[in-house]
Amino acid sequence: MKAKFLVPLALFLVLVGFLGYGLTLNPREVPSPLVDKPAPEFRLATLAAPDTEIGLADMRGQVWLLNVWASWCVSCRQEHPVLMQFARDNVVPLVGLNYKDTRPEALGWLKEHGDPYSVSVVDADGRVGIDFGVYGVPETFLIDREGVVRYKHIGPVTPEAVRDVLLPKIAELSRAS
Amino acid sequence: MIPELGHFSLILALILSLVQAIVPMIGANRNRLALMAVGRPAAQGQFLFIAFAFGCLTWAFITSDFSLQLAAVNSHTDTPLIYKITGVWGNHEGSLLLWALSLSLWTVAVTVFSRNLPEPFMARVLGVLGWISAGFLSFTLVTSNPFERLIPAVAEGRDLNPLLQDPGMIIHPPLLYMGYVGFSVAFAFAIAALLSGRMDAAWARWSRPWTTVAWVFLTAGITVGSGWAYYELGWGGWWFWDPVENASFMPWLLGTALVHSLAVTEKRGAFRSWTILLAISAFSLSLLGTFLVRSGVITSVHAFATDPRRGLFILALLVLVIGISLALFAWRAPKLAGGGSFGLVSRDSTLLGNNVLLAVATGSVLLGTLYPMFLDALGLGKISVGPPYFEAVFVPLMAPVVALMVIGPFVRWKGDDVKRVLRLLAPAIVASLVLGVGIAFAIGHVTVRTVLGLTLAAWVLLGSAKLLATRFAERRGADVGTTLRGIPAAWWGMWLAHLGIGVFIIGVTMVNSLNERVDVKMHAGDSAHLAGYTFKFVGVADAAGANYDAARATIEVTRGDVAVATLTPEKRVYVAQQMPMTEAAIDIGPFRDIYVNLGDQLEDGAWVVGLFYKPFISWVWLGCLLMGIGGVFAASDRRYRRLAQREAAAAVAARQTT
Amino acid sequence: MRAEVLKRSVRSAFSAVLFLVAVSGPALAAEAEPLANDPVLEQRVMDLSHKLRCLVCQNQTIAESNAPLAIDLRNQVREQFAAGKSEEAVVDYLVARYGDFVLYLPPFKGITLLLWLGPALLLVAGTGWLAWRLRSRAKEAQSAPHLTQDERARASALLSGTPNSSEEPRS
Repeated sequence: MKAKFLVPLALFLVLVGFLGYGLTLNPREVPSPLVDKPAPEFRLATLAAPDTEIGLADMRGQVWLLNVWASWCVSCRQEHPVLMQFARDNVVPLVGLNYKDTRPEALGWLKEHGDPYSVSVVDADGRVGIDFGVYGVPETFLIDREGVVRYKHIGPVTPEAVRDVLLPKIAELSRAS
Repeated sequence: MIPELGHFSLILALILSLVQAIVPMIGANRNRLALMAVGRPAAQGQFLFIAFAFGCLTWAFITSDFSLQLAAVNSHTDTPLIYKITGVWGNHEGSLLLWALSLSLWTVAVTVFSRNLPEPFMARVLGVLGWISAGFLSFTLVTSNPFERLIPAVAEGRDLNPLLQDPGMIIHPPLLYMGYVGFSVAFAFAIAALLSGRMDAAWARWSRPWTTVAWVFLTAGITVGSGWAYYELGWGGWWFWDPVENASFMPWLLGTALVHSLAVTEKRGAFRSWTILLAISAFSLSLLGTFLVRSGVITSVHAFATDPRRGLFILALLVLVIGISLALFAWRAPKLAGGGSFGLVSRDSTLLGNNVLLAVATGSVLLGTLYPMFLDALGLGKISVGPPYFEAVFVPLMAPVVALMVIGPFVRWKGDDVKRVLRLLAPAIVASLVLGVGIAFAIGHVTVRTVLGLTLAAWVLLGSAKLLATRFAERRGADVGTTLRGIPAAWWGMWLAHLGIGVFIIGVTMVNSLNERVDVKMHAGDSAHLAGYTFKFVGVADAAGANYDAARATIEVTRGDVAVATLTPEKRVYVAQQMPMTEAAIDIGPFRDIYVNLGDQLEDGAWVVGLFYKPFISWVWLGCLLMGIGGVFAASDRRYRRLAQREAAAAVAARQTT
Repeated sequence: MRAEVLKRSVRSAFSAVLFLVAVSGPALAAEAEPLANDPVLEQRVMDLSHKLRCLVCQNQTIAESNAPLAIDLRNQVREQFAAGKSEEAVVDYLVARYGDFVLYLPPFKGITLLLWLGPALLLVAGTGWLAWRLRSRAKEAQSAPHLTQDERARASALLSGTPNSSEEPRS
């Protein structure tokens, strides 16, 4: 058997290896280039009080979560109980970024389902969302004391994601410094 | 009850496919005619059972039996009858059944039209096809049963995706599948050849018509799909280099190479191992395409709802079918001797050259399609590879293919004189360069791509004209009718298909260089101007279809004082899925299409209207049509039938003497 | 869009048509305004949009898609062009937020080396193999004994497919 006739088979087997591994991947999940980079600056009105503005600088010195949500977002409802539990456990502040929503509908939604957020800010035109590279709601960012994005969770937060990923990372970031 | 009959019938088909896979193979190995003879009836019976199952499924769709899961999700009582029927293959499960049906149709065709093949060879061909069929039928039954019941039944179905409620859906998938699956015959012939050690000119002659017919179906399927995208998506794009389009394009490219390398293997006995490898690869790429569409490893606009279990099953099938055949290739192919020798300048070498280039182009498309997945699997990040990449890579690779394609038919087999060929073609080379540059200046669009496209198109057209003239000159003295009859159909096939490439290039180059578009806000009575045409917006009226509500605009197109067309683009909302759709209106002309779509209505009552001028766009499909017709001519050559009769007679004689 | 809304707007447009025709005749007909205030700018926006991937869609450019994010991103591109930014600057802006995933034309860098060089490598390998094959074949052709006229005739008879040339030995 001459070696050159084995080349097609060898190439095919390599390809199969990749295809098989490819089955375990999600091609639609796009990692954020913001991870380990300073979070984008923003200054937005809070949902509760339109006259009050909050920015990135106000959160400096603490580890916190930024959760992008909207009243029109169906899977936000799915992660909502998880966020409520997270808020009750009072681990770190949870800031809501109310994305492309209207104030009355957002407030109504929080009234109906409960408000897990320390504070929610209003990003009505989605500009800050673009700065954060948001492409689907919900998304959740973990930001450290220096204002650097450390992790991004895409899609609804699950209890497993909180237990296995978010809490260990938060603990690690809180210990540091 | 009827779905259960269909389900049962599919199980029987699976059993028959296993019989077809095993018994004739054993017969061929032990040289037992009785066992070999089982292949044909098993294949024909299998076809009947699959066709019956398909009929049962179609019946459930036609009668809106929403206790059947598949019908409940993909049909609706108000859906027009034709889309109830096409809804059968507008989903993963049903389309798999169509796949199996088309495979068994091909198998039956082989049993009917290739009676003259030696029994052991035929038995092996049917055995290979039986294994493939068994694989796909078990895939259907285990992971994707189309006869799944929905209990309790729902009162109303969810309707077929409105994008699929289109005449394109009636013929595009069947044609495409006939093409994809058709390469399984060439594949089975190649495997049977490897198994029996018989890979001579006769083998190539048997394979050729099958390969060509499959290629014609695939060409037609891709063409219809592209035309469908053109009018359905609402802005006139016709090719997107989407992974699923690439999945059909790669077998087409390799199939094209295969059609040509079979010609050399038949005429000259050369490239045998290469031809076998191409036959295996073309079908392997069809299977890979099936995997890509249905496994979810890539994102595509066409992908079916995916399920990792299905992906795993097809991957296993891929490993078995392709892995075993490539292993067989590595084992048996080295025994193939080189075949006839040929010189550096010969028709053989031009054909081999283009074969290599087509294979390189296929490899590049494969690389681009799978590269994002490779990077992701290696944890190196996510990237996208899209049209700009493929155009940058594909065009430079195909330009020499087209250039060489024109030269090939002028060069003699085995060996030729460079000077003779150059003398023959020099005027055409100069003329096409002049025409390419000249026309680019004349249309006022001088870019590298336009000049290249126009030069190549002129080269193909002039080369074709010269080839025809040479053919006639060979028989000087004879009258035209005799000469025409003297030219074999296969030659016309080659000539037409090559001409089609030239026509195709004209279409692509012109529409890319000169298309114009404008989006305007139109109130009733407003006019807009584009490319010398005047578009008058008459107004918008209600127009309801069977399962949708629509707003239909009326736009009168004039050029100077001459009325050109009245176009009625629509904006539809399909009731069951509440899905808005734009339905473009097109005035098709030989030298330009005028394409109009209707957008949203603005707050001041004006409508957004998209106006497009697309010069020479129909030449894109005209070129594909010529290629397809060329393929039909090539496959219908009398030679195949005559030789078949002669071989059949010889086989009978041989039987009598033993 | 909901069906009722569409119908209502259709009806109002239709009555507007009747009104126009009845009251003022075609004299009111005007040249339609382009949707974009600045067609040149719009052309640049669409050209770039055709190279950018819509992240929420299956596999579409932001020019083709009407997903809200695609519209937002088109608006971003338009705004930044209008503010005088170059195409590179706009692309950098998007890549900084969404990564290389948004680019349909992948940049030339370490991880895309094989993607960009692959076709060239394939071409070199293919033509190299071809050249080697052709040379060895050509040598064979030269060294092959020349056939006599008679042999040539027999050979062509065989090639044209006389039955015994293609029969498998049978038992």
